[in-house]
Amino acid sequence: MRILVVGGGTGGTIVANNLARRLAGEIRSKKAQITMLSASDQHMYQPGLLYVAFGQMMPDELYRDQKSLLEASIEFHVDPVERFELDQNQVRTHSGKTIPYDVLVIATGSRIVPEEVPGLAEGGETFYTEEAAVKMFKALRAFEGGNVGIVVGVPHKCPIAPVEVTFSLHDYFKTRGIRDKVHIKYHYPINRIHTIENVAIWAKPEFDRIGVEYETLFNVDEVDAKNKVVKSMEGTEYAYDLLIYIPPHRGMEVIEQNKLGEGGWIPTDRSQLKMQGYDNVYVVGDTTNLPVSKTGSAAHFEAEVIAENIASNIKIGSAVRDYDGKVYCFIEAGHDRATYAMFNYENPPDLKPPNQPMHWFKMSYNKMYWTSVRGLL
Amino acid sequence: MSETKIVDARNTFCPGPLMELIQYMKRAEVGDTLELLSTDNGTVNDVPEWVNKVGHEMVSSEKIEEVWHIKVRKTK
Repeated sequence: MRILVVGGGTGGTIVANNLARRLAGEIRSKKAQITMLSASDQHMYQPGLLYVAFGQMMPDELYRDQKSLLEASIEFHVDPVERFELDQNQVRTHSGKTIPYDVLVIATGSRIVPEEVPGLAEGGETFYTEEAAVKMFKALRAFEGGNVGIVVGVPHKCPIAPVEVTFSLHDYFKTRGIRDKVHIKYHYPINRIHTIENVAIWAKPEFDRIGVEYETLFNVDEVDAKNKVVKSMEGTEYAYDLLIYIPPHRGMEVIEQNKLGEGGWIPTDRSQLKMQGYDNVYVVGDTTNLPVSKTGSAAHFEAEVIAENIASNIKIGSAVRDYDGKVYCFIEAGHDRATYAMFNYENPPDLKPPNQPMHWFKMSYNKMYWTSVRGLL
Repeated sequence: MSETKIVDARNTFCPGPLMELIQYMKRAEVGDTLELLSTDNGTVNDVPEWVNKVGHEMVSSEKIEEVWHIKVRKTK
């Protein structure tokens, strides 16, 4: 049984490690083999970028060698896939290799596309790449006061990020002693301040308390970087001195080029996480078209289901688990308090008031991630 | 005539039905009709509010066996 995992992010890495343990006997007896193909020899802890943007983490804290995170029995190659030939059960790689498989796991993730909004990259700051997060920190450090606008592209990874960055901006300027010189205005695409109703119900009075203004039904359409004005599809605009944006995302180009899914998102079964129309192709994490948060947490829970089902199919000829839509997101409510949202397809999150222990748990998790992605936690 | 594309946002709390519709509307062509499926009763008010503000066209809205079917045409 040849299992091929394409992509070495959170989802792909957890699938591969989880499978390597479940199939240790089969791998030893050469009845199963696991291969991972990735575009990079490095693994980034992406949630750490928010801390880099506020000078609380250094970029080098976010990386580990991908090979060091994988079980020794996993064959790992830095050789990204360029062609998916699903009807022949094989892929073709950048180096020219043809790699056949019996089971394929597609975990290629997503990419930011700020260029879809004219002027956004030129006029604003973001923290969704290492380079951007460092640049944003320097912009914040140089900022002495004025209008700060926060705008949100659709769709976007880490749906909690818009509120987290807003709370962090408040705390950052307060710590610098210039909060009274900064006007923060939050703009959100739908008609409440967060898509999760209970997060919106919690965050609204918090925004009121800390003096953050908000405008809903604001989908960023264009940025006039020269005159520092951001405009919405809905016809409103905001004159800013500093613009912070959550970039719109798409799936990876290779998914679009191979016509596996519109926008780079692969049509995926909600519970079995198989690519629609293919019984031996699984999709994990951001790569799916599921109406589930694009987060490492969703990828983690999906990966466990996929690995357990691939292993059980080999051992007893049947899947044993369904994905129930589970997501668990920490929510940083500033620099010293946090809460969390846990939900699935059927049950909305029940938000608790933020507290300091939950913030320290999140700070600990920033380190524990490396245990988690190895499949040990 | 453009075909109607289904946006299945049943049983989703995040990103949620309206956020899903906005995502697909951005990628749709002018003249396309999208049919949003939602199990969230708030959607029946949320979608027309956004559609009217942005200037697209509400085509229809009906509840069939606990699922809202909301059709919207992209006009610009």
